[in-house]
Amino acid sequence: MSRTDGITVAYLVTIICFILALRFLSSPAHARKGNWIGAFGMAVAIVATFFLPQLDSSTFWPIFVVMAVAAPVGAYAARAVKMTAMPQMVALFNGVGGGAAALIALADFHNTAPEPGLLDVNVSISTVFSGLVGSVSFAGSMIAFAKLQEWIGGRPIVYPGQKLGNAALLGALVALAVVIVAGVQEDALLIGLIAGAAAFGVLFVLPIGGADMPVVIALLNAFTGLAASATGFVLHQTVLIVSGMLVGASGTLLTLLMARAMGRSVANVLFGAFGQLQVSPEAQVAGDGAVRPTTPEDVAVMLAYAKRVIIVPGYGLAVAQAQHAVRELAEELEKRGVDVRFAIHPVAGRMPGHMNVLLAEANVPYDQLYEMDAINPDFDQTDVALVIGANDVVNPAARNQPGSPIYGMPILNVDHARNVVVLKRSMAPGFAGIDNPLFTDPKTVMLFGDAKDSVEKLIAALKRV
Amino acid sequence: MTTSFLIELTVLILAAFLGFEVISKVPTLLHTPLMSGTNAIHGIVIVGAIIVAGLPDQDTWIRVVSLAAVALATGNVVGGFVVTDRMLEMFKRRPGERKEGERS
Repeated sequence: MSRTDGITVAYLVTIICFILALRFLSSPAHARKGNWIGAFGMAVAIVATFFLPQLDSSTFWPIFVVMAVAAPVGAYAARAVKMTAMPQMVALFNGVGGGAAALIALADFHNTAPEPGLLDVNVSISTVFSGLVGSVSFAGSMIAFAKLQEWIGGRPIVYPGQKLGNAALLGALVALAVVIVAGVQEDALLIGLIAGAAAFGVLFVLPIGGADMPVVIALLNAFTGLAASATGFVLHQTVLIVSGMLVGASGTLLTLLMARAMGRSVANVLFGAFGQLQVSPEAQVAGDGAVRPTTPEDVAVMLAYAKRVIIVPGYGLAVAQAQHAVRELAEELEKRGVDVRFAIHPVAGRMPGHMNVLLAEANVPYDQLYEMDAINPDFDQTDVALVIGANDVVNPAARNQPGSPIYGMPILNVDHARNVVVLKRSMAPGFAGIDNPLFTDPKTVMLFGDAKDSVEKLIAALKRV
Repeated sequence: MTTSFLIELTVLILAAFLGFEVISKVPTLLHTPLMSGTNAIHGIVIVGAIIVAGLPDQDTWIRVVSLAAVALATGNVVGGFVVTDRMLEMFKRRPGERKEGERS
């Protein structure tokens, strides 16, 4: 077995490790082990790469230095990030990976295309794809990061001619890519393509509202994966092709799942500027019936004598940092023999599965967390549904008001429970700016105030019951 | 169109189907760790970055560009796996031990 064969086998080990890592993610019991298998596979690939015969070992020391500096930075960021900030973190890593793919495409292009027209068509196509998509992913992710971090407003930014301008820019980029593939292989053209793609990435994500970020992050995840895969075609490395494609498949699946959970098409999310067009509330009546405010004491009694309680957490809960208080409340109820479960809507939070992580962090056991389809039939036999900081995902208008902007979005059937308690800061509308008939339902009572504060008062009241 | 390209394309298509198969079995409970985990996996571009950075006789600016790629990819890899581990550690079954005040 030659040295190159050995390296190929090492890369095969890497691929197997990555696939196992994803396989192990099918159950929370094994997932952590799977992650380490993935990390091991990555280490194998990195070590093996340094043995490639075409590399010059005298160039290694700057690589080692750069890696030695960057690794602790990545580790530190990963340790320091708060779980509520996970979407930003993922966006940042998406961008970084995409940026790396674009830079690799550029460097390889410069090396292998000294004369115009020398590149294979498949390599040149992969190169422009990697540069274009990687760069869009980089710039788009940075804007998504800035929006999630609230450096720039979460509201969609729109201006006249936006779609036309973006389409024109994309058209120009594609034309440029075609010119490069056709044989005009100048560095400047690829640099122009990468810079233009970065501009497009910015313009593409700017008009998308904060509430739609789960879809955007998943899509950018897919983009980065595909860019990495294209890099594999450029460098003829199967390990990159396969790994990148695995990520591309994952991102694509999550994008579709998220869009479906919002009851909208991906195109509508990306180009619809949700929240901008539909926040014209003159048609919305501010509730035809009155809401019934209540006190923590009343809710505590109701909960204490309930048999089955389902807690429906929304992002408002995380904003108020009420996760730990909610876990305490659940424990207090369980002590009294109440069956407590959590109903998690797929878009609760700012990225796919975000709410599960936030509750797991607060030590809520994962077998208490139920996804929408699993728990929806159970609301009929539920005594109290406790809605904390969620709004649009429990809005029955999505089910029974064809005129509503969120009509068709799958929701948690909270209104099927015998009693509904809504913990809410105020009567302000949710992200989508849509009136919620649940609040005026005769079996709904409202407990106004900061979520954490309200839940703590509830616990105190419960202890006195 | 070369044979090697067609083989690469075959591998790509198979990986796509395999990816969809494996990932559709991941429960929504773990979708955030899935995203951060795949995030770490696309850090495999580090292999590409090392290759372009390790080639002999290159222009200085290309060296700088490829070392920048190495830096980005390294942060991506290390951060991705570490944050995924941190998250997965939190998922516990019902009688799980409580670790209060372990926020960093």
